[in-house]
Amino acid sequence: MMKVGKWIMVMSFLVAVLFPATVLAEKITINWWHAHGGRLGEKVNAIADGFNHLQNKYELVATYKGSYPDTMTAGIAAFRSKNPPHILQVFEVGTASMMAARGAIKPVYEVMAESGLPFDPNAFLPTVTSYYTTPDGRMLSMPFNSSTPVLYYNKDAFRKAGLDPNKPPKTWPEVAECAKKLVAAGYPGGFSTAWISWIHIENFSAWHNVPIGTKANGFEGMDTEFIYNSPLHVKHIQQLADWQKNNIFVYGGRRNLGNAKFSSEEVAMYTESSAGYAGFKKTCKFDFGTSMLPYWPDAPGAPQNTIIGGASLWVMAGHPAEEYKGVATFFTYLSSPAVQADWHQFTGYLPITTDAYLLTKGQGFYVENPDMETALKQMTLNKPTENSKGLRFGNYVQVRDINYGELEAIFAGKKTAKEGLDDAVAAGNKLLRRFEEANK
Amino acid sequence: MEKRVVFKHKFLPYLLVAPQIIITLVFFIWPASQALYQSFLQEDPFGLSSKFVALQNFKMIFTDEIYLRSIKVTLIFSFSVAAIAMCVALLLAAMADRAIKGATTYKTLIIWPYAVAPVVAAVLWYFLFNPTVGMVAFYLKTLGIHWNHTLNGTQAMILVIIAAAWREISYNFLFFLAGLQAIPKSFIEAAAIDGASPAKRFWTIVFPLLSPTAFFLIVMNIVYAFFETFGVIHAITEGGPNEATNIMVYKVYHDGFLSLDLGGSAAQSVILMIVVISLTVVQFRYIERRVHY
Repeated sequence: MMKVGKWIMVMSFLVAVLFPATVLAEKITINWWHAHGGRLGEKVNAIADGFNHLQNKYELVATYKGSYPDTMTAGIAAFRSKNPPHILQVFEVGTASMMAARGAIKPVYEVMAESGLPFDPNAFLPTVTSYYTTPDGRMLSMPFNSSTPVLYYNKDAFRKAGLDPNKPPKTWPEVAECAKKLVAAGYPGGFSTAWISWIHIENFSAWHNVPIGTKANGFEGMDTEFIYNSPLHVKHIQQLADWQKNNIFVYGGRRNLGNAKFSSEEVAMYTESSAGYAGFKKTCKFDFGTSMLPYWPDAPGAPQNTIIGGASLWVMAGHPAEEYKGVATFFTYLSSPAVQADWHQFTGYLPITTDAYLLTKGQGFYVENPDMETALKQMTLNKPTENSKGLRFGNYVQVRDINYGELEAIFAGKKTAKEGLDDAVAAGNKLLRRFEEANK
Repeated sequence: MEKRVVFKHKFLPYLLVAPQIIITLVFFIWPASQALYQSFLQEDPFGLSSKFVALQNFKMIFTDEIYLRSIKVTLIFSFSVAAIAMCVALLLAAMADRAIKGATTYKTLIIWPYAVAPVVAAVLWYFLFNPTVGMVAFYLKTLGIHWNHTLNGTQAMILVIIAAAWREISYNFLFFLAGLQAIPKSFIEAAAIDGASPAKRFWTIVFPLLSPTAFFLIVMNIVYAFFETFGVIHAITEGGPNEATNIMVYKVYHDGFLSLDLGGSAAQSVILMIVVISLTVVQFRYIERRVHY
């Protein structure tokens, strides 16, 4: 008995300790922390599985860490306790914080160059990658899920109101005209919006080719200052506030809480991320379409191109070179046309390379789903300028909240658009100075 | 003759209090001291550069209009929640104390909400009052009240107060009911024989005898309203609209975890700690004197 017991002990010791150890010695583990739950999370796992089946040198482990802020906070905490993942997904407004953390990250261009794998930055869609590159064009993080705002409109409602369902409004005055007819036809409201700061301040600026802040929207230095209280911005926001009186515009709340207004037919036009398409397809019991964001026809720069939202993958510092090679191998796989095209078609996020876009087009996908091409057309409408490349401001999460607060004050009639935007810019500049101070 | 018990053991008493001391050290003293330390630093989120800035973080938050507003909002919110939760609970408990038929059902129903997690409760209220799809918002509209707490700060405040107080009513109810049932019936009967009206009996006998319970609940409710209502704010308003419901504890979370401003967030939590400590001191020093045990 005694002997058998001993033997079992030794064997289990061997199995428990040595066996996985030999397996691990064969494969190098690459950790990827991401913020996609639900169906998107399954898709992320599928990408990881695809990579793991394709080669046997690296084992990519994708771990869901909660919301965007949760994932970022988890990554930062892991770095502080000296155990960071290799790849961390960070939402676009966290870009400036990640960039400033020079000792904590390893820029993607460096990872790719050291790996010796072929890497052509020009293969990527410029409007997507420009958000994550230095002013001289070096890629800092790998774009993963990117989207851009578009106008959704209820075609059935357009028919009811005697409007042409195939002629969505192109400009803001046209939106107002349509909205008036929709309200007259019995709809409670004309249009509403999700992500108001992202769409009606940030993308509004890019689309009209006006700056959000100085120093090329912060790309050229941390001593940038906000200037989104220009006459054009004031005009637009004041117009939104005034349009509330006859229900042409209805404020829908923070983030995309207003989505129910569109799907429950309270409003018939809605500006929301292109990634919201799948959701509306599921919840809306009516025929709807997408079209490019409206613009002010009297603004000289419009329409330029819109900027993205979403997240990118950052490589964290502090790992051995052979593991970075694994990261580079995975990034090569991730940006291959087949993987990108599949991700784009499944999720509604933008493909990150031109090849993936062309592949999707070649497959005839947009013939069947024309509404999913709107975002791409809008992103690639013009070569991005200094004003439409993206933005890079520190403490930007807080700035967005300030914008929410001030816009709410404006829409509640407590402030004029001029007062509200002036206050937002003043408060935002304070945060920029604080960020500059903390990252000296 | 005085009776005295002497413990000869030298270490046993220390051993017996050790778990409590350790818990306090690990879960209160240590994090609190960390927060205090952090509040004097200005640091990037990754901890790559860290600078001692003395009281600059405090100076910054006290000159920040949003923070000053947050203090005001917190006071309004906390006292309203505590007052509503206690008054309603006392009323319900007084009724339950009298009810004869179906008393158990009645009590069970009132205690029920306490079993609902704060965030779930908040989501329920959120859906009831949702300006687009909410039932209550719909009926309010038929009454001519345009309910939109995404824009109207006062309405948002009312909503979070109701949602936060609703759950706490159950808790208060339990304690008030137990307190009421501990009052000897003979006192009340004696007063009744002397011709005291029910109101008179309540205010002169029941209420003073209930004061230890009420005092305990005041402390608990204020602490609840200050700290545990985080989930309610998070799920319903996220501090909006225009900072109208941005209570201090939510702002600490927001600035620290979402905005990654560790120094500013730590300074705020130090202030919050001081506020709660001083509130408790005030309660024990001044209010407790009026309590009859």
